[in-house]
Amino acid sequence: MGAVFRREVLSYFTSPIGYIFLAAFYAFSAFFFASSSLQAGSTDMSSMFESLMLLLVVLIPILTMRTMSEDKKTKTDQCLLTAPVSLGGIVAGKFFAALLVYTCAVAVTVVYAIIVSGYAAVDWLVIAGNVVGLELFGASFVAVGIFCSSLTENQVVAAVTSFISTLALTMLSLVSNLVNWEPLQKLLATLSFYDRYAGFTYGMFDLSNVLFFVSAIAVFLFFTVRVLEKRRWA
Amino acid sequence: MIEVQELTKHYGLKRAVDGISFTANDGEILGFLGPNGAGKSTTMNMLTGYISSTSGKALIDGVDILEDPIKAKKNIGYLPEIPPLYVDMTVKEYLNFIYDLKKCKLPRVSHLNDVCSLVKIDHVYNRVIKNLSKGYRQRVGLAQALVGNPPVLILDEPTVGLDPKQIIEIRTLIKKLGKNHTVILSSHILSEVQAVCDRIVVISEGKIVANATEHDLSDRLTGAHILSAQIEGDYETVAKAVLNIEGVEVCKQINERDGVIEYRIECETGTDIRRELFFAMSKIGCPIMELKNSELSLEEIFIRLTKGSDIKEEQ
Ligand SMILES: Nc1ncnc2c1ncn2[C@@H]1O[C@H](COP(=O)(O)OP(=O)(O)OP(=O)(O)O)[C@@H](O)[C@H]1O
Ligand SMILES: [Mg+2]
Repeated sequence: MGAVFRREVLSYFTSPIGYIFLAAFYAFSAFFFASSSLQAGSTDMSSMFESLMLLLVVLIPILTMRTMSEDKKTKTDQCLLTAPVSLGGIVAGKFFAALLVYTCAVAVTVVYAIIVSGYAAVDWLVIAGNVVGLELFGASFVAVGIFCSSLTENQVVAAVTSFISTLALTMLSLVSNLVNWEPLQKLLATLSFYDRYAGFTYGMFDLSNVLFFVSAIAVFLFFTVRVLEKRRWA
Repeated sequence: MIEVQELTKHYGLKRAVDGISFTANDGEILGFLGPNGAGKSTTMNMLTGYISSTSGKALIDGVDILEDPIKAKKNIGYLPEIPPLYVDMTVKEYLNFIYDLKKCKLPRVSHLNDVCSLVKIDHVYNRVIKNLSKGYRQRVGLAQALVGNPPVLILDEPTVGLDPKQIIEIRTLIKKLGKNHTVILSSHILSEVQAVCDRIVVISEGKIVANATEHDLSDRLTGAHILSAQIEGDYETVAKAVLNIEGVEVCKQINERDGVIEYRIECETGTDIRRELFFAMSKIGCPIMELKNSELSLEEIFIRLTKGSDIKEEQ
């Protein structure tokens, strides 16, 4: 896992992908921060976090599109899959590398919070909730993106399918409002990534919400392993 | 040691590999010979655990590749058909990555240096793989298989894309490695398997057509000892004298140039008529200009063997 992790991190920064992702995230977050907090002279940063969360639907697929698909296309998966490492280790290595880059992106919000705290007292609990929520929310999207990437050898297809999937997952709560049948409505609401995330934005660290995201990550990474496994049997 | 038992791979209805069995002993170089699409790469992919077999078993040093893949893979160095290179890395970064990936225990710097000097990539060590020529990429691919010094080497067309000098060097290297490794290599170049391998498995349409030492293989197919001789002199006289030698079955003219006729002389198996031929010719005053064994080349063997299977297939 360590070897795959290090290689992936290196490749994010030798190819433009890592820079594009970070630059886009920093630029948009700076814009949201300037327009919502600085200009309005408010210590409330929740609208910035809200916008960033929506932005992830576009940015995460860029980060994850090549994780699995490129290996398949260039046949480098032959050296990974014939090396004495488990499939789980390979997938985990790729996940944590993407997560590291994503964490670098999210870390910038802490800088903004410190800037704001220079002007007035801020509610650190709420900010911490937002940061952790954004991190977990994005991490689960990374897992979804890696899964989508494992389904194809075309990066563009991978990006588009992860965009659609993450968008659908974000909209589950909207859909749940539309259905009348209660059990389904409940199910959709339980699975809604957005509702789970919303809890964090009030500074509430609900263990069940943390577990929800962690298990979503585990489930999608497990699916990815299954895809790799199944490909061998094809 | 590699043991393969009734290994089969189906792609949908297509049988890419159809129940092949063979054994490669320790310190043996086994050549896998077959035309395009014979199933060489598919077999190697199954041996290395890249794809799984539809049925059958592959044991690497007694470990089933599907039952305990991690343990089995530890013993294998694999050079696939297309070298699995991360082209955005330098050779150094790449080999270090492979070193980590294989959880290699040998001293890092000196081991990687050894590997690089074996395949002669020292002077491109710090270059980005993307910018290397095809031959050098092939060598990096080979280096990658050698990292960790695994006892079993599986090489899919290792000399593809190399220049003639390198081909000879790599062949020599493989022969040297064969002394203390078990090597399986595939090729469609007959002279290559002939030059390098102890044992040859000929495969066509996913089935084994022949499995023998190179020597046995030609013996089995020709059945008779065949000489090719260039003799100066009148055809009638020479042919008569040759046919008089005991054991000679056929003597026919192949070619003629400036009064020197090339004959193909077929004798009973196990008889050596070269001495008798010399004395017979000197008796009739017809000098032998050239005399050589003309056993069937692997080329011919190969065509015969695969043709045979084609006919079977059609029936
Ligand atoms: N993924 C796949 N799906 C379907 N058929 C496949 C697949 N991979 C290989 N085949 C088929 O299996 C057969 C054997 O292919 P393989 O690559 O093993 O041949 P080969 O002996 O290595 O040939 P070459 O000398 O060209 O490398 C071919 O007919 C090929 O079309
Ligand atoms: Mg092949």
